[in-house]
Amino acid sequence: MQHYSGFGLLKHSFSHHENWQRVWRNPTPKKKYDVIIVGGGGHGLATAYYLAKEFGVTNVAVIEKGFLGGGNTARNTTIVRSNYLWDEAAHLYEHAMKLWEGLSQDLNYNVMFSQRGCLNLGHTLQDMRDIQRRVNANRLNGIDGEVLDAQQVKEIVPVLDCSDRARYPVMGASWQPRAGVARHDAVAWGFARGADTRGVDLIQQTEVEDLIIEDGTVVGVRTARYGDIRADRVGCVVAGNSSVLAKMGGFELPLESHPLQALVSEPIKPILDTVVMSNQVHGYASQSDKGDLVIGAGIDGYNGYGQRGSYSTIEHTIQAIVEMFPVFSRVRMNRQWGGIVDTCPDACPIISETPVKNLYFNCGWGTGGFKATPGSGHVFAASLAKGEMHPLAKPFSMFRFHNGALVDEHGAAGVAH
Amino acid sequence: MTQELSKQSNRLQDGGRIDRSKPLTFTYNGKQYKGFEGDTLASALLANGVDIVGRSFKYSRPRGIVAAGAEEPNAIMQIGSTEATQIPNVRATQQSLYNGLVASTTNGWPNVDNDLMSWVGKVGGKMMPPGFYYKTFMYPKSMWETYESYIRKAAGLGRAPKENDPDIYDKMNQHCDVLIVGAGPAGLMAALTAARAGARVIIADEQNEFGGSLLSTTEALNGKPAAEWVAEVVEELSGFDDVLMLPNSQVNGYHDHNFLTIQQHCTDQFADRAPNGQIAQRLHRVRAKWVILATGAHERPLVYGNNDLPGCMVANAVSTYINRYGVAPGKDLVLMTSNDNAYRTALDWHDAGRNVVAIVDSRKNPQGTFVEAARERGISILVSSGVIEAHGSKRVTDVSIAPLNEVGDAIVGSVVKMAADTVATSGGWSPVIHLSCHTGARPVWNDDIVGFTPGVTVQKQLTAGAINGAFSTVQVLDEGLSAACDALAHLGLSKPDVVLPEADVIEEGKAMALFHIPHTKPTSKAPKQFVDYQNDVTAAGIELACREGFESIEHVKRYTAMGFGTDQGKLGNINGMAIAAKMLKQTIPETGTTIFRPNYTPVTFGAIAGRDCGELFDPKRYTAMHAWHVERGAKFEDVGQWKRAWYYPQGNETMQEALDRECLATRNSVGILDASTLGKIDIQGKDAREFLGRVYSNAWAKLAVGKCRYGLMCGEDGMVFDDGVTSCLAENHFLMTTTSGGAARVLSWLEIYHQTEWPELEVYFNSVTDHWSTMTISGPNSRKLLEKLTDYDVSKDNMAFMDWKPMTVAGVPARVFRISFTGELSFEINVQANYGLHVWKELFEKGAEFDLTPYGTETMHILRAEKGFIIAGQDTDGSVHPFDLGMSWAVSMQKPFSFIGKRGMQREDCVRENRKQLVGLKTLDPKAVLPEGAQGVLDPKAPIPMPMVGHVTSSYWSANLNRSVAMGFVKGGLDKMGEKVYYPLADGRVIEAEICSPVFLDPKGERQNV
Ligand SMILES: Cc1cc2nc3c(=O)[nH]c(=O)nc-3n(C[C@H](O)[C@H](O)[C@H](O)COP(=O)(O)OP(=O)(O)OC[C@H]3O[C@@H](n4cnc5c(N)ncnc54)[C@H](O)[C@@H]3O)c2cc1C
Repeated sequence: MQHYSGFGLLKHSFSHHENWQRVWRNPTPKKKYDVIIVGGGGHGLATAYYLAKEFGVTNVAVIEKGFLGGGNTARNTTIVRSNYLWDEAAHLYEHAMKLWEGLSQDLNYNVMFSQRGCLNLGHTLQDMRDIQRRVNANRLNGIDGEVLDAQQVKEIVPVLDCSDRARYPVMGASWQPRAGVARHDAVAWGFARGADTRGVDLIQQTEVEDLIIEDGTVVGVRTARYGDIRADRVGCVVAGNSSVLAKMGGFELPLESHPLQALVSEPIKPILDTVVMSNQVHGYASQSDKGDLVIGAGIDGYNGYGQRGSYSTIEHTIQAIVEMFPVFSRVRMNRQWGGIVDTCPDACPIISETPVKNLYFNCGWGTGGFKATPGSGHVFAASLAKGEMHPLAKPFSMFRFHNGALVDEHGAAGVAH
Repeated sequence: MTQELSKQSNRLQDGGRIDRSKPLTFTYNGKQYKGFEGDTLASALLANGVDIVGRSFKYSRPRGIVAAGAEEPNAIMQIGSTEATQIPNVRATQQSLYNGLVASTTNGWPNVDNDLMSWVGKVGGKMMPPGFYYKTFMYPKSMWETYESYIRKAAGLGRAPKENDPDIYDKMNQHCDVLIVGAGPAGLMAALTAARAGARVIIADEQNEFGGSLLSTTEALNGKPAAEWVAEVVEELSGFDDVLMLPNSQVNGYHDHNFLTIQQHCTDQFADRAPNGQIAQRLHRVRAKWVILATGAHERPLVYGNNDLPGCMVANAVSTYINRYGVAPGKDLVLMTSNDNAYRTALDWHDAGRNVVAIVDSRKNPQGTFVEAARERGISILVSSGVIEAHGSKRVTDVSIAPLNEVGDAIVGSVVKMAADTVATSGGWSPVIHLSCHTGARPVWNDDIVGFTPGVTVQKQLTAGAINGAFSTVQVLDEGLSAACDALAHLGLSKPDVVLPEADVIEEGKAMALFHIPHTKPTSKAPKQFVDYQNDVTAAGIELACREGFESIEHVKRYTAMGFGTDQGKLGNINGMAIAAKMLKQTIPETGTTIFRPNYTPVTFGAIAGRDCGELFDPKRYTAMHAWHVERGAKFEDVGQWKRAWYYPQGNETMQEALDRECLATRNSVGILDASTLGKIDIQGKDAREFLGRVYSNAWAKLAVGKCRYGLMCGEDGMVFDDGVTSCLAENHFLMTTTSGGAARVLSWLEIYHQTEWPELEVYFNSVTDHWSTMTISGPNSRKLLEKLTDYDVSKDNMAFMDWKPMTVAGVPARVFRISFTGELSFEINVQANYGLHVWKELFEKGAEFDLTPYGTETMHILRAEKGFIIAGQDTDGSVHPFDLGMSWAVSMQKPFSFIGKRGMQREDCVRENRKQLVGLKTLDPKAVLPEGAQGVLDPKAPIPMPMVGHVTSSYWSANLNRSVAMGFVKGGLDKMGEKVYYPLADGRVIEAEICSPVFLDPKGERQNV
């Protein structure tokens, strides 16, 4: 792999950047792989990367129906934090957080992970009780966090309206300094490049149309473009399309597929230094390095696969943002878009074996899986490599919906990202 | 007037649609300039000879005005004369000029003309190919934050104001038969036709006047200047009651089910602050039966070396400035084109008395009406040639022209240099398909016009004019007419009498597909050839992206940031795709398509938010006694949408002192709570009782008329989500109460189950929360107090605990419920809300002798915690079932039909040992109050991560018990009575508590039964 660095840029500038290597090959698939990953989003690519790098499994293909990282990975608002309430979730997201903290160097690709901190605002007494509870749990789980009062919040975000004028005045917040944002495309591309160099075949523009199952065991996938491709193990990481893939496997998942929208303002000079989220007022915002305010809120209520939502959701989102940040009223919205998120009844993911032998699913990340990308990939890779679920993944078995061992993160995941 | 003109060095002596009798003064970068009414900020700047209007964001290169409309990428200004009225990123080509307008450029230090950063751009620019930031700033790891802070400083165009917006915005919901987007010839023709047929029409156009391309054309209609025809049509349209004409209005989004949003600029075209009482902008939310997109086309510039120098413009924009604004933005023009149409710019330039240096045509043998006209004027035409590079530092001074091969991808002769200060280019026209893309329709490539046209749509959408690639006025008018006729046919309206105006017949030769002009050097070494100006994306950058393996056009766009600016790639996307296609040896349609998302042009947040902010963000709900609470100095708490009295401090009391007083008064004599906010749902129907049995976990079959019962409601997962008391009013009539915050959720829950699962049950639900005022009097003297207001026998014998009775209280009919949330003798008096304040006041009148004390939600919380009563939402969190709460008495597993949650709460994990269970917590130090939310551990010395056993849900100082009381979850807690739990706090303290029953006071429940 060609090493990237500032010095490299200087060197290549003398040859007018004509000699940069390809970031990844464009291979024709082999007949058979040890592991096939369906879905070339961030999670799928991270899985392939760690399979090759950490677990020595390099005979791997990632099969993606569109272009790499073009699903929710390309559409999300990139909030990364690990301040989840329950131990199971907190440990999983914190595992990801630790990987994020060295990811650019590990991948030799700057994923622009920017730990500018995240505030989850409280506007009611119950909000504040929940914040106390969550931050206390985080602290005892070794995750950074503090409870701030309105005055301290105001000091961190001067443009936030912390006055009594607001309909739901800010009473305080939880503050995770290590939280932040990252460059979504770079995450997908960095993992893809790292996987490709280690021998993983990245097969783009190839839709998996069926799973080949013999005697209750998956033995490969069927594609229109390349026909059957066989594999010892298959991992499905297809986010909003998970129910479709599960159907091919002959079982159902407790997932609802909803549109989730986001929007950006035009780029403006730096004004918002951290991520600010509010469940009660229902919106969140951060500012990208390019100057755009990156904004979102909740899902659209209906189910569907069309990657766009209704305008009323956009209106509510902007109302919340202007309510929280009245000085943004004259800023202008540039673009809006939507993705399809796969939400679980307990707002936690499914990383699991399935009723089909050798078939594994990693899905249900809903509105907030970007933050888990490296951690999700890592534990899924470990599970696929060993044929046994990683300890951090075990609580997220799909069978928890049968036995009732839910990990209810609705509180921590309210305006969930 | 001559004085104004003399300063406007590029203003022509006559012509244009500006009003020379109305000079306007404006400020740009701190200097005063003049323009005229009818100018845009851009035309006024050009009239005044302003070349540089911005600095590019990556390389800090000087940039000038390129276009004349929504597609302008460079002239992005900060507008506003005061701090509160700042508007970032206004496109100067779309901003009408007004007197007193204050504008400034957004980048450049010390100023936009002499930007020191441009040296960084020149030197460092070589190290900044697309995506360079992914390849660097990684080492040492700790430096990233520092690098990033510099990146952030360099980013952004304008700035947000620091003060709150003084303007207001509103919204209108509109319905119409036909919405016509664009009031050019196609749109006007369609509107006229539809209006005459009697249809309800809305026609919107982003420009300040209707007419579109006709406002800047020299063509005639019906033998008269085209603008006269426009004026006639506009006048006729304004005579129809059912026609809404919206100039200054951008149709920004096209959503499902023919729902479109229009941002109308009401006053912000004329002032940065709306005049008193007027709104700045209005958002029209339109539901149209049919939509006719007549959005026209944007001209594509050609890509050549240094094509971003001020003076390089899109051909048609130059014509627009001459014909519409009376501005010739230079002296010596070189026009480069791949088609006939752009010849008009040379003709206009020539006719304005300026010098056309040459027309550089990439085609071998151009022929057509305009070509002939140019030849007649003696303009020099260089065929099979292209401008390969512009020269100059802050404005074009010369251009290099070279002969090209037949397909335009190689130079086949020697380069000549010519002096010119303006380069106008045209690579053809890109239909404005943005709105059609919003609906999910994939655009289709059309080789004939070298552009994408709207794809197949599922919406009730028609298209007319240049959006379809119809470019001659004759054809455009005809398309407008036939689109309207199609819509009318669908609507069942008959076609009216309309005659198409007569337009000039123009012969145009075939255009050539040309995007990127080759240079003598390879692209990577040639001077920068810009594709996307705003994001500094060059042809070399796109080629590099392709070489590096970013082969999908989406990857190319994302890697280079092409099309992500505030112009969303209106000028550059097709050129970029063409360059990528060539690199990848594909056709353009094989390379992909261009997808636009809302908004067509940026929309002010305030306009989208409308009035729904501040006071109107969410309704505030007040009880009938609210004013009394305010007068009494109550502090309030938000509970759902309600403002509830939280506590009533007196004099200098602290909160704790007030609570102590309220708590003691209630337990010792009588207190009163405004409980009107509790959700109340009236349930009727012959199956009402059966229904209750299914949604509550306990049994309802035997609840007699006149009786009340507490119930728990669980989700399918068996977890508690709400609770409350339901009373039997009559055989098939119940009143359900819910938590204050949960009322709406419970009502929809009931409706969902009724409508989707058990539609066969005859039962009706009605929210009656606001119909009633509820006041709870609680305490040993509550009965005595009630007796003073009613003749009804409220003695224990006649009205037992958990009875309700209809009676007259304070002269008004009331329902009185003998239920208790404090554990005291307690009566809940419900009266019609209009009587609420009256009865409340009467209670105080008669209650004076008992020292009747109002208490708020906080005291209510304390009193119930002393009794171990839960609050759903505080002591439950969606993960606990009734057994976890120690409330097995509220579950009846024997019910014949089952109930929601029964199966859920019997699952393996729900019946296992060691679940978290709600218990009482007694701190060893009675004075220590556990913080709510504290997490308990069994071993406070365990290393992090510490195994936690559960959190404190409710915790208070109890004045009645003179110690703290608390409830919380502990793993297996119900079997651990007397054992210790430790709470390590953030400040380092560890509070020790003993597990106990949550009932701290009156465990036998005697007080409420007296
Ligand atoms: C608007 C929005 C905002 C969000 N904001 C945040 C946030 O701030 N923070 C956060 O942590 N998370 C956020 N999320 C959630 C986050 O984007 C996702 O959880 C995460 O990106 C999922 O990654 P993935 O790799 O599993 O899915 P994806 O990136 O969607 O990848 C799945 C891939 O599978 C492919 N695929 C599907 N079916 C097939 C098939 N049959 N054959 C082959 N390939 C197939 C798809 O094309 C896709 O590329 C947001 C999501 C949205 C939509």
